[in-house]
Amino acid sequence: MKGARIVVESLIRENVEVLFGYPGGQVIPIFDALFDSPLKFILSRHEQGAVHAADGYARASGKTGVVLATSGPGATNIVTGLATAYMDSVPLVAITGQVPTQMIGNDAFQEADITGITRPITKHNFLVTDIADLARTIKEAFYIASTGRPGPVLVDIPVNISNAEMEFEYPESVEIRSYKPNYKGHPMQIKKACELIAHSKRPVIYAGGGVIISGATDELRALVKKTGIPVTTTLLGLGAYPETDDIALGMLGMHGTYYANNAVHESDLLIAVGARFDDRVTGKISEFIPHAKVIHIDIDPASVSKNVDVDIPIVGDCKMVLADLVTHVKAPDIAEWVSHVCSVKQSHPLSYDRDSTNLKPQYVVERISALTKGNAIICTEVGQNQMWAAQFYKYTHPRHFISSGGLGTMGYGFPAAIGAQIACPDATVIDIAGDGSIQMNIQELAVAVQHGLPVVIAILNNGFLGMVRQWQQLFWNKRYSHTCMKCAPDFVKLAEAYGAKGLRVDSRDKVDAAIAEALATRDIPTIIDFIVEPEENVYPMVPGGKSVKDTIMRELA
Amino acid sequence: MSQHVLSVKVENKSGVLARVVGLFSARGYNIDSLTVNKTHLNDMSVITIVVNGDDKIIEQVKKQLNKLIDVIKVSDHSQTRSIQRELAVVKINTPPAKRVELFQIAQTFHAEIVDLTQKSITLEIVGEPSKVENFIEIVRPYGIQELIQTGQISFAREGNAD
Repeated sequence: MKGARIVVESLIRENVEVLFGYPGGQVIPIFDALFDSPLKFILSRHEQGAVHAADGYARASGKTGVVLATSGPGATNIVTGLATAYMDSVPLVAITGQVPTQMIGNDAFQEADITGITRPITKHNFLVTDIADLARTIKEAFYIASTGRPGPVLVDIPVNISNAEMEFEYPESVEIRSYKPNYKGHPMQIKKACELIAHSKRPVIYAGGGVIISGATDELRALVKKTGIPVTTTLLGLGAYPETDDIALGMLGMHGTYYANNAVHESDLLIAVGARFDDRVTGKISEFIPHAKVIHIDIDPASVSKNVDVDIPIVGDCKMVLADLVTHVKAPDIAEWVSHVCSVKQSHPLSYDRDSTNLKPQYVVERISALTKGNAIICTEVGQNQMWAAQFYKYTHPRHFISSGGLGTMGYGFPAAIGAQIACPDATVIDIAGDGSIQMNIQELAVAVQHGLPVVIAILNNGFLGMVRQWQQLFWNKRYSHTCMKCAPDFVKLAEAYGAKGLRVDSRDKVDAAIAEALATRDIPTIIDFIVEPEENVYPMVPGGKSVKDTIMRELA
Repeated sequence: MSQHVLSVKVENKSGVLARVVGLFSARGYNIDSLTVNKTHLNDMSVITIVVNGDDKIIEQVKKQLNKLIDVIKVSDHSQTRSIQRELAVVKINTPPAKRVELFQIAQTFHAEIVDLTQKSITLEIVGEPSKVENFIEIVRPYGIQELIQTGQISFAREGNAD
């Protein structure tokens, strides 16, 4: 069998249903093998769109996303997407074409050392130099991408390997002697954790993306039910615990709720589950959790005690460890603490000027939340749109908030929404975007139209690169250096030019009707251009490198 | 800050050294010395890395190395009984009048004379890193023309867990 066919057959054996990508010279044999295969192929309009779509597909479905690109520029165009997936632990397999093995290193046409380039931003990568290794390499790539702490794996395939002949034999299982993820938490550590929890007075659970990745939301809910401990989530942990619950504290961190940050600050025990103490969460590390002991549950040993010293590390899969905890834990006596936390939640809610007659971006997100009853899959770009989407949408389900958390990739949300919609055809998928971010991968609109995807793009159009402008306003003396988008397209006409629906909303009273119309449109994508208050800021804000004590609640004078 | 000798068993594949070295540069760890070579097993190499840092940094280095798929095992030989060796070749200015002195130094250190000319002597020394360093300091006043050192290798003595 031809190498290219081996690639396609291997993907089928891995239960791949869809792949995202873009053709090019060195992958023509693979595309030829795809031509009459049962695999669905989504042609992006830029390789970056393909890799983010594969990422969004993976996050929405829990399956491994697959992206296929050619050598050289095709491969380098997926670099940002690989880094994005790596930071957020997304299972992804990227297949790239490469120049023939005998030309590697000769600066051949469309040659790039993509395994060299992506080494620090992939979980692992391979350059296949012998067709005898091809099938096994693809098997290993899927295995590595989807197990342990998931991540992107790249397989670089020179064109002569794709054209070579070899008998196809797909390995049943994989054995990598140096890679053995540990899933089961150590019973002794779990016992110690249970003791610490039972004797805690002011515990808080800090749940991250790991809870969602491992499918541990039921176990988390069971733990909270049994112990009554309040829960805050990271950005990527949104949906791990229903925000409709009284002891749900929403997101913590730089733009987290005051009550979450305050509870964490006052806590005597922080139970971190599948979270990695990112600087956007901790702020000034020396002033973070001054009174708390730390239990840290994570599948990645390298995440433990990296930023914050941990008292009881439990290396293992969140789902398994939480299940063990639920079995053994005794509820602590924390009624007073819980009522205190809830009273702070009442007294310091997320807020904005609700009386303003201007169209506030927070209002738009609140209405989207209400009209979709918290059931939509929300994708975001990066910046203010992302933070408002995190703050004002009420998440209740896992895999319903899809955002570039670690890398903070503008231009991620829309292609990710395309991937999410392909993974979940019946779901309502909405990209909450900014007018800056949406222009970074707007070309993918053609993909959404081509496949009749009803993705809704809600642009919170403030005419600024809003988050940087906010920093310039607050910390750089209002010197708005190059953050004002002085020329932007007419997004309604742009939508129409692509064959999508375009709506414009410039006042509060038109918001609901536009959202309803977009939600009812199920055969093409809709862009809603919300013309919002230009200089609205995201609050609360713990300035970079500061602690919760320095939280800015509303406008500085 | 303390010095640690990490013995890293890796798959003998192309690109593995780049992964290990890349990890150090990407995460800002400093390498004091590095050696790499094959072992008695065809499919395994050993990289010996000498690295400086406080306990927290060393712990992270070890965990990050362990995360690399091609890393089979990381052992910290500063915590076990081990044999450390290094080799240096040094070319020293040697007018005939100084020859005997240098012969004596070489003899004391069990250094081998690998080249001898009218103007210079080239010595090879093998041993514990401290011995090699000491030797270099002793011959330095004579005028070193050229010096080359291997990185350190480390071998765990029997009876260690590693």
